[in-house]
Amino acid sequence: MARYIVQRLLFMLPVALLVSFVTFMLIHLVPGDPARVLLGEEATPQTVAALQRQLGLDKPLPQQFVLWLGQALHGNLGDSIQLQQPVSQAIFQRLPVTLELGLAALIFSVGLAIPLGVYSATHRNHWLEWLINVSTLVGTAIPNFVLALLLIFLFAVTLRFFPPGGYAPFTDDPMNNLRNLVLPMIALGTGTVAGNLRQINASMTEVLEHDYIRTARAKGLSERRVNYVHALRNSLLPLLTIIGIQVGAILSGAFVIESIFLWPGIGKLGVDSAFAKDYPVVQGVVLLAAFSYMLINLLVDISYVFLDPRIRLNRS
Amino acid sequence: MAESISLPESEEPAGLPIAASPWFKRVLSEFRHNPRWWFSLVLLAFILAAIFAPLVSPYDPLAYHPVITAQPPTWAHLLGTDSLGRDQLSRIIYGTRVSLSIGLISILLGGLTGTLLGMLAAYFKGWVDQLIAILVDALLAFPSLLLALAIIAALGPSLINLAIALAIVRVPIYARLARGQTLQVVSQDYIMAAHSAGTHTLKILTRHILPNIFGPLLVQATISVSLAILDESIFSFLGLGAQPPTPEWGAMINDAQTFLASDPWMMFGPALAIVLVLVSLNLVGDALRGLLDPRDAERITMIFRTTRGGSS
Repeated sequence: MARYIVQRLLFMLPVALLVSFVTFMLIHLVPGDPARVLLGEEATPQTVAALQRQLGLDKPLPQQFVLWLGQALHGNLGDSIQLQQPVSQAIFQRLPVTLELGLAALIFSVGLAIPLGVYSATHRNHWLEWLINVSTLVGTAIPNFVLALLLIFLFAVTLRFFPPGGYAPFTDDPMNNLRNLVLPMIALGTGTVAGNLRQINASMTEVLEHDYIRTARAKGLSERRVNYVHALRNSLLPLLTIIGIQVGAILSGAFVIESIFLWPGIGKLGVDSAFAKDYPVVQGVVLLAAFSYMLINLLVDISYVFLDPRIRLNRS
Repeated sequence: MAESISLPESEEPAGLPIAASPWFKRVLSEFRHNPRWWFSLVLLAFILAAIFAPLVSPYDPLAYHPVITAQPPTWAHLLGTDSLGRDQLSRIIYGTRVSLSIGLISILLGGLTGTLLGMLAAYFKGWVDQLIAILVDALLAFPSLLLALAIIAALGPSLINLAIALAIVRVPIYARLARGQTLQVVSQDYIMAAHSAGTHTLKILTRHILPNIFGPLLVQATISVSLAILDESIFSFLGLGAQPPTPEWGAMINDAQTFLASDPWMMFGPALAIVLVLVSLNLVGDALRGLLDPRDAERITMIFRTTRGGSS
């Protein structure tokens, strides 16, 4: 077990280094001189040189990277050009907003998929199968921004159930926070429901054919207990992998949804900074997203080994 | 896109003496067997609309008329007009060009690069393989849209830069797929035979390996085209793709967003266009996958009988 984790971490090292390098190189993708682009045509050579120094652009490239990486490892991602604050501060201020939205979307998606998936695997129901197929198709074919606008039109503009956008910190006004959460949560979570549902349906169908399920039934256990305790537990393993992948989809979706619903999270920060050419912030957001994504997938892999004794035994 | 949909039809040299039914009957039976194929006609309609946009669109997509701004659908303007009085239908038709071409260009660029990397990794193995694996893993470590966002932030928002960003994002999928497929093919005897006959590596890769891994790549391409079109519309919606006044679906929906309360129908046309294209691409991709699935080998030989017999 420990050896496996160390192995995985060692393998991650070059990838993490390359991820950092790609992120670092973003500012060098900027056509022309980034400092000149940021300051505009009228800027004096002195101010351009000053900003170049501030961005570290006056040193040779390898030295720049080592310096940048060293700073990044200490949590210093430079200063935002637009926001008059350090990048790390700008990011961590907005992190709770994105975490709340992302977590809610994940719970919404999995919470909807598990009962539907179990039901569809245990009941041969044509209507339900049809519904799953259609929702899979719709889930992949309706862009999240279209869904978001439909939800706003239906539930905010027409029915006035929920506000069309905005954010209230949970600590200030819990009710308002939750009311504001509903629509973006649905808009962000719906896209992944179908994938989860299919996964649970497929693995449940497979698990239900095993002998131990027959044994459980023969013991006289209730159908409910067999389905939800014996079968579901073993069907959830593949779901873990899917959730790992989904974190990426949710991180990607967050910046669209946050921009539409005006949630001041990391996603909106990323989009706003992309518009404002605030490169250090874009780098910070991308680096954070990539590393959290890598970390979550590592945790998924490890928990997979931990949860399935067969994998553990095969390795040792 | 065109070649992947019309694959069963176009690769069929009509008029060859075939014992069974003529090609169109076999295609028709394939359509009956799998109704998903009918959606290839929807795609065809969009492709034709894109090619013949100047002929089929009723108005100039850029001509604005201050008198008729934000009109609901009328007989003169079937999908209404936008906030500047431009005909929505014409803009949707021209928008097809943007979406389809960015989708195609990014998949071609990303698909070719990824396939090449994957083939090289599987063919040369060793350190080449490891190096490419690290590169692919690093690209996969970024949530895909965020990587594209970062590239666009650096290069500046434009359709070309968007196509480049979306191409880079697709590279790892093709690299992994091509690597896996190539590994299977490389161990075959005929590759070793070609190798020992002194065939040039490039020729082995393009003539012997590529044709044998092409099927799964093509299926992946139909799926990725729909993803690329989706991503393209997202970035244009955010204002980081197509720039005004370019008619583009995502940008049109962004315009309509402002009028959601007063003129909700303004969103309807472009939203429907995106959904229709994505649904069709997904369904046709499914059908294509079914066709290329080895378990359906019998039906493949039915449909490709003439071409396979002729070329090899």
